[in-house]
Amino acid sequence: MSKEVTGTTWNVYDANKLTQAEIYGKVLCDLGNKYPNLVGLTADLSKSTKIGLFEEKFPERFINTGIAEQNLFGIAAGMAKTGLLPVVSTMSAFASMRAAEQVRTDICYQNLNVKIIATHGGVSFASAGTTHHATEDIAIMRSFANMTVIVPADGIETANAVRAAMEYEGPVYIRIGRGFEPTYYDKEEYGFQIGKAVDVRDGTDITIIAMGITVLQAAEAADFLAINDGLSVRVINMHTIKPIDKDAIMKAVTETRRIVTVEEHNIIGGLGTAVADVIAESGKGCAFTKIGLKDEFAEIGYPEDLYSYYKLDADGIIEKVREIMGKDFEEDEDWDDEV
Amino acid sequence: MLTNDEYKELLKTARSIRHSVIDTTLKAGGAHVGGAMSMLDILVMLYFKYMNIDVNNPDNPDRDRFVLSKGHAAIGYIPLLAEKGFFDKKLLDSFNKFKSPFGMHPDANKIPGCDASTGSLGHGLPMAVGMALGARIQNKNFYTYCMTGDGELNEGSNWEAAMTAAHYKVDNLLLFIDRNRHMIDGPVEDVMGVEPLADKWKAFGWKVFEIDGHDMNQIADAIEKAHETKDKPVVVIAKTTKGKGVDFMEDETKWHYGAIDSFLGEQAHASIDKMYVEYGLTD
Repeated sequence: MSKEVTGTTWNVYDANKLTQAEIYGKVLCDLGNKYPNLVGLTADLSKSTKIGLFEEKFPERFINTGIAEQNLFGIAAGMAKTGLLPVVSTMSAFASMRAAEQVRTDICYQNLNVKIIATHGGVSFASAGTTHHATEDIAIMRSFANMTVIVPADGIETANAVRAAMEYEGPVYIRIGRGFEPTYYDKEEYGFQIGKAVDVRDGTDITIIAMGITVLQAAEAADFLAINDGLSVRVINMHTIKPIDKDAIMKAVTETRRIVTVEEHNIIGGLGTAVADVIAESGKGCAFTKIGLKDEFAEIGYPEDLYSYYKLDADGIIEKVREIMGKDFEEDEDWDDEV
Repeated sequence: MLTNDEYKELLKTARSIRHSVIDTTLKAGGAHVGGAMSMLDILVMLYFKYMNIDVNNPDNPDRDRFVLSKGHAAIGYIPLLAEKGFFDKKLLDSFNKFKSPFGMHPDANKIPGCDASTGSLGHGLPMAVGMALGARIQNKNFYTYCMTGDGELNEGSNWEAAMTAAHYKVDNLLLFIDRNRHMIDGPVEDVMGVEPLADKWKAFGWKVFEIDGHDMNQIADAIEKAHETKDKPVVVIAKTTKGKGVDFMEDETKWHYGAIDSFLGEQAHASIDKMYVEYGLTD
C-alpha cells in the first residue's frame, strides 16, 4: 500500500512523465482491447481531455460531436442502449451543467452504462475564469439517482477509478483536474474500491476528509502538524462521494471527534455536505468544519494561487485544523446515550 | 404500394388503436390526445409492417428501434404497444395511476417494447443517432426510427443531432416529423415558427421527403425510399392533423392535452368509426 507523499513535482508513471489526463487516456487505450464494446466520445475536446489517445488507437470506435454537449450525452445514451460501453469526456462545467438534463434524464433515469470522465474540475482551469470552472458539479451529479460520483486524488487513482468503473454497472461520473496536478500515489496497488475510502494517515486528534487534489495537501498538512503541533491527524481520501463510505466517517467521528472536510467545490452540496449528512443522521455530535468555496464564484489566477486563496493547500488546511483544535466543545465519554 | 388487403388490415389496426386511445384517455383522466392521433398512422405503419421486432423477445439486441421523442404522445404509443401484443391491453386501465408502468411520458425500463424513456423534448433524436451509430459500430443491421413533433424542433439539441447525423453519414436512421402545426401556446408558426422546414433539413445535409402523414400508401412509400437512401440521414416531414379522427379535436390547439367524459368519449368513438367508413372500411 502506498502512503508516500511524492511532493509537488510531477510523478513518474510508466517511465514517462504523464499528466493526470494522459494517464487516463493511456488506461482507456488498454481497456479498449479488453472491452471491445468500449467507445469514446467527446465534444471537440479530444486533445484537451486526452481521450484523443483512444481516438488514435480506435478511430472506428470514437465519435466527436463537435461543440454540442447535449447531443454528446444523448448520443452516448443511445449507444449504451445498443450494448456499447460509452466513455464520454468533456470539461466538468459542460458535463454537469450544459448537459445536466441529458445526463440526468437520458443516462441516469434509464440507468445506462455510461462513464463520464469530466476534466478541468473545480478551479483547475484557474485563469480561464468562472465559465470554465466547475465548483457545483459534485452537488449536481450526486443528486441524480443511479449516479456514482468519484473524485480521484491524482492520475494513478484516476487510472484505478476508470478501470473500476468499467466493471461497475450503471452511470459513473469521474471528476478530474486539468491534468497538471501533482501526484499523490506512486503505484496503483493500494486497494482502490468504489465506495470505500482510503486511509492516508492514521490519527486520533482530528480527521481531515479530502477528495481530489486536496488529498496530497491534507497529507502534507498532517505531517507538518505532527512535527510542529504534536497533533495526531487522520487523513481520509474520500474518492467516492456517492455512495459515500459511512463507516469511515463514523469511525472518524467516534475516534477523533473533530472533522475537517476539504473540497475543490462550493461548500454547498459537495463532499462537506455529504459528510455532514452522515454525521447529522447518526445523532453523534462532533466539531466539524468545511473548507471549500464559500458559496462564491472563484477568482482568476494560477491554480496554486487559487488553491492557496481558498485554503485548499497544506497551509490553508493547517490554519483550519488549528482553528478547530482551539475550539471548545462538549466531550462526552459515553456516546451510547446519544443515539 | 400496399396491397389492398394490407391496406385494409393497417386501417383496421389504426382504428382499433384510436378507439383504445379514447378509452385510455377517459380512464386516465386526461392525456395528450391531439398529438397522439396526429402521429398514429405512421407508428402503425412502422410497428405493424416494417419494424423487425418480436413481442416475445422485446429486448432482442438486433431488433429495430423506435424513439418517441415527442414523449407526451405516450397516450398514442402505449396503446399501440398493447395492440401489438407486448402486454395485456387490460394493463392500460392503470394509466396515470399509482405505480402504473404507464404515465404521461413513457418509461422504457417499465414498458415492454419501448426503446427509450422520453418526455423532455429535444432528447429523442440525439439518442436515436446514438442507436444508429451503435448499430454501425457493432456491424449490426438494425434500423432506428425516431418521431419528433414540429414545435419540438425549437429545441436546439435537435439541430446538434442533425449536424452529427449528416456529418457521420448516418443512413440507418429515419426521422419523422409530426407536422401537426400546433404547440401548447398556439399554432407553431405563431409561437415560434419552424418554416422553411424542408429547406432547413436540406441545408443540414439530410434527404427530405414531404408526405401526407395520414395516407398509408405515402407513409409506406417514404419508408421504402428512406431504406434505399445511402450516405445521408433521411427525414420525412409528415403533414398531419392534430386530433385526427376525432372531429371536435381536429386542428384545435386546445386538444394538445385534454380530458374527456363518457359523453365526449362516445362522440369520439363515433367520429373515429365514421372516418374509417369514409376510408372504405365497412367491417
